[in-house]
Amino acid sequence: MRAEDLKKLSIAAIIKRYPFVATYLEDKGFDITDTSDRTLEELLSSFDEEYQEEFAFNPEQFMEELASYIKDMLSFLGEEHSGIHSISILPGKDKSGKTEGFSPLTIEKGEIVAIVGPTGSGKSRLLADIEWAANGDTPTGRVVLIDGEVRSDDHRFSLNKRLVAQLSQNMNFVMDVTVEEFLTLHAKSRQVEADEVVTRIIEKANHLSGEPFLATTPITSLSGGQSRALMIADTAILSQSPIILIDEIENAGIDRKKAMELLVGEEKIVLIATHDPSLALMADKRIQIRNGGIQSVSKTDEQEKQILGKLEEIDKLLGDLRKQLRQGETLSLPAE
Amino acid sequence: MNLISISGPPSCGKTSVILKTIEAFKEKNLAVGVVKFDCLYTDDDKLYEKAGVPVKTGLSGSLCPDHYFVSNIEEVVQWGLARSLDVLITESAGLCNRCSPYLKDVSSVCVIDNLSGINTPKKIGPMLKSADIVVITKGDIVSQAEREVFASKVQMANSKAVILHVNGLTGQGAYELSGLLYKDSEQLTTVRGLELRYPMPSALCSYCLGEKRIGEEYQLGNVRKIDWGDEA
Repeated sequence: MRAEDLKKLSIAAIIKRYPFVATYLEDKGFDITDTSDRTLEELLSSFDEEYQEEFAFNPEQFMEELASYIKDMLSFLGEEHSGIHSISILPGKDKSGKTEGFSPLTIEKGEIVAIVGPTGSGKSRLLADIEWAANGDTPTGRVVLIDGEVRSDDHRFSLNKRLVAQLSQNMNFVMDVTVEEFLTLHAKSRQVEADEVVTRIIEKANHLSGEPFLATTPITSLSGGQSRALMIADTAILSQSPIILIDEIENAGIDRKKAMELLVGEEKIVLIATHDPSLALMADKRIQIRNGGIQSVSKTDEQEKQILGKLEEIDKLLGDLRKQLRQGETLSLPAE
Repeated sequence: MNLISISGPPSCGKTSVILKTIEAFKEKNLAVGVVKFDCLYTDDDKLYEKAGVPVKTGLSGSLCPDHYFVSNIEEVVQWGLARSLDVLITESAGLCNRCSPYLKDVSSVCVIDNLSGINTPKKIGPMLKSADIVVITKGDIVSQAEREVFASKVQMANSKAVILHVNGLTGQGAYELSGLLYKDSEQLTTVRGLELRYPMPSALCSYCLGEKRIGEEYQLGNVRKIDWGDEA
């Protein structure tokens, strides 16, 4: 709807049609309960010049912004949560200008792909290419297709269509709120009904973490493992992005296998940048990066899968010992 | 020459973002220069020098830094033209959150960081609201949920802007930002006659003119009081 048509409607009518506008107006400090029968135009004209100057408020600009916000939200709400089925990466060039040594790679939703390579080899650039849906316009010259197609600029620039959600070991919670308040805030920002989803995320996070936490726990007092678990569960269930990038997750305090299962179960495309063998082997495929380019792409083979079995035993042993420590027991190895 | 105005609250990562964006411009063989506006002190000029780009610093001292910016912008543009720059970046800190040094028809970028608190986008005035591009920094140290919540607050404050995440340390996102900013077709030769996007806050009271004493008898000119209502 155009700004001119919009301002002829009453606030109540606008909110009835676009419920998300209520939050928008409230957030801007409008008292929407008091002025509901007035048209938007009337409401805006009630702000005199002095007010406009004082609070840097421009009614015309406001109308245009509201119209553009409604447009964005509608296109966002109209899309299915997991609207994207696959991404394809077409070869570009490495730092020395050599064409990358792999044939076009397609990753489907529910797939896990590991990315390995020395520091500075170009992992960040690959991720940036995916995030931006590169179309030959980044330093590598790679093309990234979404569901087989080049992404339009509209989609590239839209906040609500961000392709990649990121999780890394260095991320922390910084807000001073409880777990429940935090998740509610996130749900609200995505226009999602909070109650059910909040309970589900807490349940899933507690399933991943060794030590359960409560809805009333402040997020800043969660342990490293609990934080990681909450971040993963929240990203899996509530983030709009179809691709999850994980930058190394330590083994401590979180069941990484269950974490991967959760992400895959939510139909995410999972990319893991890691040098931890047990994490890398959970992936179906592995991208090797060197000198700014993808050197090769390989499948995790049977022999490697057997190694994974061994690593899982070691991980389990470490996990058990950690549990014994936490509970104040004397450490003991399981009987052979 | 392309002119780009970048502003944002102190310590939000403007300089890091600009330095990474300069690297990207250089990859495209563009000559870049920076003019840094600040209030009392800056040593960012050294960082720009180290990056090998021409830099000029303007310290506003006791003047309002954004008023100082507007009063000098034409000379700044001529400085850039004299050095045959392809891209001239002005960097300024919006110190009172009410100012905005953006000109109509000149690319404007507001930088704001994830650590500044979720209500900050509401508190920043035209500097955020009238920017073409909003760059969000420090996303690498907060959770995905906080990034999403913060970005949605920015979108509410300025729904017309393109919102980008840039990592000032690794440069992730800076190449994309450089692509959005540079337009070959845009060849600016002067800003004379252009207009500010938003009027700057006005103030002309005795304290602007150096008054130090406290008390009503010393308060002359444009003075405003808190509305206390019935509270004694």
